[in-house]
Amino acid sequence: MTIRWFHYAAPQTFYGLAGRLWPWFAAVSMVLALAGLWIGFGLAPTDAQQGEGYRIIFVHVPASWMSMIIYLAMAFWSVLGLTFNTRLSGMMTRALAPTGAMFAFLSLWTGALWGKPMWGAWWVWDARLTSELILFFLYLGYMALTSAIDDVRRADRAGALIAIVGAINVPIIYFSVKWWNTLHQGASVSLTRSPSMAQLMLWGMLLMALAFWAYTLAIVCYRVRSLIIERERHADWVKALPEVAGAAS
Amino acid sequence: MRWESWSQFWEMGGYGFYVWGSMGMTFLFVLLEIWQARIAHLNALALARTEAQDTP
Repeated sequence: MTIRWFHYAAPQTFYGLAGRLWPWFAAVSMVLALAGLWIGFGLAPTDAQQGEGYRIIFVHVPASWMSMIIYLAMAFWSVLGLTFNTRLSGMMTRALAPTGAMFAFLSLWTGALWGKPMWGAWWVWDARLTSELILFFLYLGYMALTSAIDDVRRADRAGALIAIVGAINVPIIYFSVKWWNTLHQGASVSLTRSPSMAQLMLWGMLLMALAFWAYTLAIVCYRVRSLIIERERHADWVKALPEVAGAAS
Repeated sequence: MRWESWSQFWEMGGYGFYVWGSMGMTFLFVLLEIWQARIAHLNALALARTEAQDTP
């Protein structure tokens, strides 16, 4: 069976699809977050070295992962946009950016609150922290640039370049703890070896990461619908929507 | 359950400020983002309604 990708990439089809999907993603996110918080704060043991302070991990690591994944997703949509010139690509990239910026900020914020008690400093100019700060600025730069250009298609193309070029920073963040001698610790979880954490800590963190994934899918599906309506408002299908034509509201 | 009382839970072994500062900010930002997305959606709908009324 072949999926008709370009059919779903049509804004009109995707508007309906995203509208059906986002409530499910939101519900899944809530359930996963509640389970993750319950394990993380109710069941997971106290850390031998960091006491209860380590529990920041349940938001710090998922937020940091999402900040990187969302940027890669923006680069992915940007490549599609520049290659196929599909309208949806630019809207998806824009819908992702604010959430990515939020997670990058939260990564830095929770990192500072973790660094202070454990290292004695809110901030150090370490390779990991600095590259994550650059990621945050890339998000802000993307949003500033795309909102400064009036012609949306030109804005999308300019933004796509930032998204694609800036994606080089993502592996730098990820491998920074290996490539340089950083104060930030190495990865506790990796694909190549078994995790160096207690089982319950790991489960709490993974559930929170999945909750953030589902949250991102929900908010992006929701936000892209606003962008679709805004950009396609001259089209007949938008005018015929019950929520626009007035029947439903 | 690992905690003997609520006050012990909020204290987080002396790390309460750091742990709850992290959790609280995350929660606050998620709420703000949802609120902002809702406003943006209502604005987009209003824009489309105006457009639909101007050109029937």
